[in-house]
Amino acid sequence: MRRCNRRTQLVLLTAGLSLLLLAIYLVGALIPESAYASDYLAAKLPPSWEHPFGTDSLGRDLLMRTLKGLSISMTVGIAASAISAVIAVLVGIAAATGAQWVDAAINWVIDLVMGVPHTILVILISFALGRGLKGLLIGIAATHWCSLARLIRGEVLQLRSETYIAVSRRLGKGSGWILVHHLLPHLVPQFFVGLILTFPHAILHEASISFLGFGLPPEQPAIGIILSESMKYLSTGMWWSAVFPGLLLVAIVLLVDRLGDQLRRILDPSSAQE
Amino acid sequence: MPLEAKKVAFRYSRKEPWVLQNCSLRVERGERLALFAPSGYGKTTLARLLAGYLPPTEGEVLLDGAPLPKAGVCPVQLIFQHPEKAINPRWRLRQVLEEGGILRDDILDAFGIERPWLDRFPRELSGGELQRFCVARALMSGADYLICDEISTMLDVITQAQIWNVILGEAKRRNMGLIAVTHNRHLARRIADRVYDLSE
Repeated sequence: MRRCNRRTQLVLLTAGLSLLLLAIYLVGALIPESAYASDYLAAKLPPSWEHPFGTDSLGRDLLMRTLKGLSISMTVGIAASAISAVIAVLVGIAAATGAQWVDAAINWVIDLVMGVPHTILVILISFALGRGLKGLLIGIAATHWCSLARLIRGEVLQLRSETYIAVSRRLGKGSGWILVHHLLPHLVPQFFVGLILTFPHAILHEASISFLGFGLPPEQPAIGIILSESMKYLSTGMWWSAVFPGLLLVAIVLLVDRLGDQLRRILDPSSAQE
Repeated sequence: MPLEAKKVAFRYSRKEPWVLQNCSLRVERGERLALFAPSGYGKTTLARLLAGYLPPTEGEVLLDGAPLPKAGVCPVQLIFQHPEKAINPRWRLRQVLEEGGILRDDILDAFGIERPWLDRFPRELSGGELQRFCVARALMSGADYLICDEISTMLDVITQAQIWNVILGEAKRRNMGLIAVTHNRHLARRIADRVYDLSE
């Protein structure tokens, strides 16, 4: 077999990871509601071949619920991190290219948002917007753009002082043209890596806020809801209702985190030539 | 139609020392001036002031009696010492040249720019090759004045001669004004009608 070089290996690994995540998402999204319907005769069963993750107190199959929950979590994660990454790019560029007071105001807001613990802010925003998917999404998106915005501000400040930007201006190019042709292409790696690295945060926040009862409604099979329900039955010996969904959540978060890391290594100029 | 600096002075801020003080010079179209001084005398700063990259702290830079235009293609083009900094590393070289204007085959041929280079990235070419692109870009922009800030310092002698031949030829044909910044006395005497020594 021909040995691949490191970059090819990286690209293959990244593609494999994204395929795996996509598969989990699709399987979860395609599961019909009947697959995790209540069956009181099969309640509180430990893991078996028929129910690999066991069943919960209402006799619902936990594997199906967990997969469905993960796919909902991933939807929330993707949407929230995409929104916050777009906010970050806009805010970062505005801070770096705008007037001094714009920069100062944006930095002040970033400090403010970063100074308050995320969980509390997400709970407040989600609660104020009537909970549910919408409140959670907006809550997570509104709190996760700060560090990426700071990064992009710094990047744009550095790019703006490059000689070729000054040359471009002297060759008669306007600010908008320079933004689109010179600046934005340089921000693509930061944007995608930032987006993917926000994703695990978003999923964990979704789970924890739902766990605390401020997020998704209890009938929705989200991981946070499953874990929160399992708390009631843990003392009766139903260990499987918390362990498997929890492990799967951690596994997904780690997978996405790895994916982000790989992507950074592929896109980062200092390692892109390997 | 002269390009002139009238008693220009420059410093980066009130707390910093003067980089350049009370400096006046005047170049007509078709004239070739060499700016000569040892290191640290503000040659590059003066070049940047003349091309409008920096605003003078005192005095003014005038083109045909009016300040340099703020928008549009600047009729005074500066070519930098380090071509790799003056080119966006993510662009193919065709895009770099097209930023200056429409591609002109005669200029490409004169500089010996091979066509396959146009589809390459800057890091795939050497410094001398990149510098030819920078000069070509400035020439294609249709500038009336060309300021060359030690553009050939890091090049081998053959490439230096090739680049200067093309620049001098083009300057003569289009009646351009030329300011060559250098600390090489021989080069200064060779290419310019007049040498302006900043250290005096």
